[in-house]
Amino acid sequence: MNFDLVFKHWDLFLGGVWVTLHLTVIALALGMLIALPASLSMARNTRFSPLARGYVYVFRGTPLLVQTYLIYYGLGQFELVRDSFAWPLLREAWWCAVIAFSLNSGAYTAEILRGAIKTTPKGEIEGAMALGLSGRQVTWLVLMPSAMRRALPQYGNEVVFMLHGTVVASVITIQDILGVGRTVNAKYYIAYEGFLSAAALYMIITFVVVRLFRLVEQRYLKHLNLENVSARKSDSETGEVPVAVPAMR
Amino acid sequence: MKRPEFKKFALAAAFAAFATSAAADELNICVEGAYPPFSEINASGDVVGFDIDITNALCAEMGNSCKLVQSEWDGIIPALLEGKCDAIIASMSITEERKQRIDFSGKYYNSPGRFVAKQGHGLTDSPEGLAGKVIGLQRGTIFQDYMDGEMADVELKLYGTQDEVYLDLVAGRIDAAFADSIAISDGFLKTDQGKDFEFFGRDYSEEKYFGVGAGIGVRKGEEDLRDAFTAAIKTIRENGTYKSINDKYFEVDIYGG
Amino acid sequence: MRTLQGVRNLDKLLEFAPLLGRGVLVTVGVAVLALVLATALGALGAAAKLSRNLIFNWVAQVYTTIVRGVPDLVLILLIYFGGQRLLNTVVQSFDGGYVEISKFWAGVISIGFIYGAYLTETFRGAYMTVPKGQAEAAKSMGMRPLPVLWTVLLPQIMRFALPGYGNVWMVLVKSTAVVSVIGLEDLVGLADKAGKATRAPFLFFVAVILVYLAITWVSQLALKYADERANRGQTA
Repeated sequence: MNFDLVFKHWDLFLGGVWVTLHLTVIALALGMLIALPASLSMARNTRFSPLARGYVYVFRGTPLLVQTYLIYYGLGQFELVRDSFAWPLLREAWWCAVIAFSLNSGAYTAEILRGAIKTTPKGEIEGAMALGLSGRQVTWLVLMPSAMRRALPQYGNEVVFMLHGTVVASVITIQDILGVGRTVNAKYYIAYEGFLSAAALYMIITFVVVRLFRLVEQRYLKHLNLENVSARKSDSETGEVPVAVPAMR
Repeated sequence: MKRPEFKKFALAAAFAAFATSAAADELNICVEGAYPPFSEINASGDVVGFDIDITNALCAEMGNSCKLVQSEWDGIIPALLEGKCDAIIASMSITEERKQRIDFSGKYYNSPGRFVAKQGHGLTDSPEGLAGKVIGLQRGTIFQDYMDGEMADVELKLYGTQDEVYLDLVAGRIDAAFADSIAISDGFLKTDQGKDFEFFGRDYSEEKYFGVGAGIGVRKGEEDLRDAFTAAIKTIRENGTYKSINDKYFEVDIYGG
Repeated sequence: MRTLQGVRNLDKLLEFAPLLGRGVLVTVGVAVLALVLATALGALGAAAKLSRNLIFNWVAQVYTTIVRGVPDLVLILLIYFGGQRLLNTVVQSFDGGYVEISKFWAGVISIGFIYGAYLTETFRGAYMTVPKGQAEAAKSMGMRPLPVLWTVLLPQIMRFALPGYGNVWMVLVKSTAVVSVIGLEDLVGLADKAGKATRAPFLFFVAVILVYLAITWVSQLALKYADERANRGQTA
């Protein structure tokens, strides 16, 4: 084993961690911006709901790798695109990854939120309306905060999946954690030391993210006093990381 | 049945469901597949190109049956070391750095590296001339070694294959590419997409970085196989087989001096 | 001029169509075999998690934790390159020859390994959904443990696990795309190579997207049918 080569390039790996985290956070944030209107329009069958449904179906129904390839190599092929206003963004691998990951995360998040909106107790909305809140106020002050709370555990999974999904960035020249691992492997013609180091880093980050979500859930879902929340609490005491069934990725 | 043999048998049976075992008298040759005109895939999924024709000629000369194993460039040396193939014939330059891990036959061709960019680029091939520009090249190549060693401040974009470098050069995501001059001229400049592009700067062939030409990689300690390849290269050079393959792809003799 | 280029690209796609068809078979092959492996691992994992043996508990826990922590692509690269090293060491210590992990089987093993962990949770959850009284009632009627599992519990576990199982299949199929990164000539790998070689990647990737959407669509129909069948006679 040649882990001295890995340690020799610890600064590269540190940079990789930064790139991975940065990409994950941006994709999740932009994904949420897409998911909010998309989930509302799906849950309420508005005029735009066929569009939202189509978007969610396509992005959840195909691999993230192919979506990224299509946006990076596929669009770059056309002069029409290269002459357009969007090119300064699409020219950069970084922005292509951000666009692909955001659209992907937006689709999954929209589906999670749609489910949470659908299960909102009628009484919550009726109560808010009885207090004289306007339709918009009911939506943004009552319905969405309540739905987002209930979506927290599932959204925690989405965060982990997006974190893991960012490895795709390494196939379009981005030096994320895996990208650095591959570069170090290729530079020294070694087989797996770079991958093993990358795996360890991803694992540590995943643990931190899962722990953070556990804390946030305990804070915001306490009032629900749900059986599964207390079950989760005991999980965290034993340091157990439960594996959730992924939401169709 | 002696014990070790039984163990071997039991193990083979255990793994038979998960693996394919290589036949003993057959040579597996690691080739790449995204490096025109040396290797590329055609519409039936086969790898074709100069490297492949050379492989077939050498195997015929040596009297071996050879099976091509397509491998990603990134993992081609590990693939050899882990036994996924017995030799690499993939335009791999013979360098000191690689010699620390594997062994090489004599060269089967040699050509310098060069920079390429869109006509009217106004670039020069010096650290100053390339400052602030992005150079695209294939990861884990002699061109990366050179840039890391001599122009460490120039920004690089590393790709898995040479085809991807060309795609992004055309798309304008990189300002220039640095690669083998024959690969560029025949695999890119002569194609439709490459018609607006041109070489710039000098020929690069310092032995420290670029080695002494492309050779056939074998595992260390397999001197017989290495020498058999070296001898076979010599034979096809002499009997005209090399020339006919060379002329199928190139206008000049790429074997080099 | 632009339309002309579009038509030329379509020609290229048609030229490569039979090859891509072969790629679809590889993709489906990897996915189906990986599902079989994942089902076996999932059943073992669930049994280990539910057992009272602490060592089994611990092993299953380590298994699901690793899968949860490491991205699929990293695991595939590790198994393809690192796994070969491990296998060589093991085989050579037995004085054996050489056994290769091919790209195809590296993909099947990696993906099966990953989704086995998800199915572990699916099966465990389904087992716990079956009311305890049923097994107890069967035992009190003098049934032995194995027939209880086989004839009483398993049919119900299967019914409860079906939605989760279907979900894992849908995710698993898409996950096969990343096996192309180790050079497997599945649909994505071939389209990627062909698209880049012909310098016309757009059309090839659009074709890949359409094929995956078709697979998703067919899977959903099949699952809906299976779900209705499994729940026939049940009141909603």
